[in-house]
Amino acid sequence: MRRLRLYLLAVGGAGLAALLVAACFGLPGFGGRRHPYGDRAVHASLARHTANTIASVNFDQRAYDTLGEMSILFAAVLGCVVLLRQAGDEYRARPEPAEVVRPVRRYALLALPVALVTGLYVIAHGQLSPGGGFQGGVVAATALHLLYLGADYGALERVRPLGVFETTDSLAVCAYLVLGTAGVLAGTAFLANTLLPYGTFNTLSSGGTVPLLNAAVGMEVASAVVVLLAHFLDQAVEIEEEPGR
Amino acid sequence: MHVLPYLVAAYVFLTGCYGLATSRNLIHAVGCLAVCQSATYVLLLAVGYRDGATAPVFSDIKPGSRPVVDPVVQALTLTDIVVGATVTALLLALVLQIAKRHGTIDPDELRELRG
Repeated sequence: MRRLRLYLLAVGGAGLAALLVAACFGLPGFGGRRHPYGDRAVHASLARHTANTIASVNFDQRAYDTLGEMSILFAAVLGCVVLLRQAGDEYRARPEPAEVVRPVRRYALLALPVALVTGLYVIAHGQLSPGGGFQGGVVAATALHLLYLGADYGALERVRPLGVFETTDSLAVCAYLVLGTAGVLAGTAFLANTLLPYGTFNTLSSGGTVPLLNAAVGMEVASAVVVLLAHFLDQAVEIEEEPGR
Repeated sequence: MHVLPYLVAAYVFLTGCYGLATSRNLIHAVGCLAVCQSATYVLLLAVGYRDGATAPVFSDIKPGSRPVVDPVVQALTLTDIVVGATVTALLLALVLQIAKRHGTIDPDELRELRG
C-alpha cells in the first residue's frame, strides 16, 4: 500500500516538476526592466501622496482585497477560538508561578516597552516607511508576550483582558468597513481613496484614507495575534484533562 | 542563469509537496505546507525583481531617481504571509484537537471516524 502510494507520488511529482520547469522558462526574464503593473502602481501611489507604494497598493488600489484578507484573518481566529475552547471534560488548573533566571527577566522586561513602541511606530508610519498594520500589529502583540518569558503566565493574563482584545478585533474589522462605507455616503465608491485630502507628501498625515485603514488593520492584527496566542497558551498551561480518562 | 530563482521556487514547492505526501506526523505536515507556501514568496519576489533597483518606498529617495522593484508582487507576498500564518494557526488548532480526541497525530491511524 505504502509502496503504491510512493510510486503514484513519484509519477505525479515528476509530471508536475516537468510542467513547472517548462513554465519557468516561459516567465519574463529575472531582473528585467519591464514591469507594467509595478510602474503604474508607483505612479498611482505618488499621485496620492503615499510614500510607501506597498501601503498604497494594499490600502488604496487593492483596499477591497485587503478587506477579504482581514476577513480571512478574522475567520481563522474565530475558528481557532472555537477549536481550542475548554471542553466539557476538561478543567482549568492554576499555573504555578515559574522560576525565571534573573538575566532573562531583566532583558525581557527591558525589551518589552521598546518592542511595544516599535510595533506602534511601525503601524503609525505604514504609509511612509516599510511596514504597516500587518507587520506592526504582530510586533506589538508579541511584545506583550515578553511578559510571559520575563515574569510568568499570571502576569501576562493581568495585562491581557481577553474580552477586551476579542472586542477590539471585531471593532477593527467594523472600522475598516465603516471607512469604506464613508466613501459611499460621500458619493464615491466603496473603499475609494477620495474621501480625505491627500496631504503633504512624506508626512504622517499623507495618503488620504491609507493611514486610517492601516491603523484599523494594525488594531485587528495586534488583537488577533494576542487572542490566538492566548488560546494556544491556555491549552498548554491551564487546560487539563479530567483525571481517569 | 536567468531562470534560476524560478527553478528554486519550483524546487522548494516540490520538496514541500513530497513532505506533505509522505508525512507520518500532522505537525510535520503543517510544517511542509508552510514550506510549499514559502515557494510562492520566492516566486513572487523573483517575478518582481529588477536589476539595480531598490525598495518601492519613497520616503528617502527622490521619485524617479532610481528604479524600484515591483510593488504589486510585494503586496501580494504580504497577503500570502498573512493568510499563510492564519491558516497554519487554524491547522495547528485542529491537530491539537485531533491529538486530544484520538490520541494520535499519525494521519494513517486516523482511518475511522469517532464521535
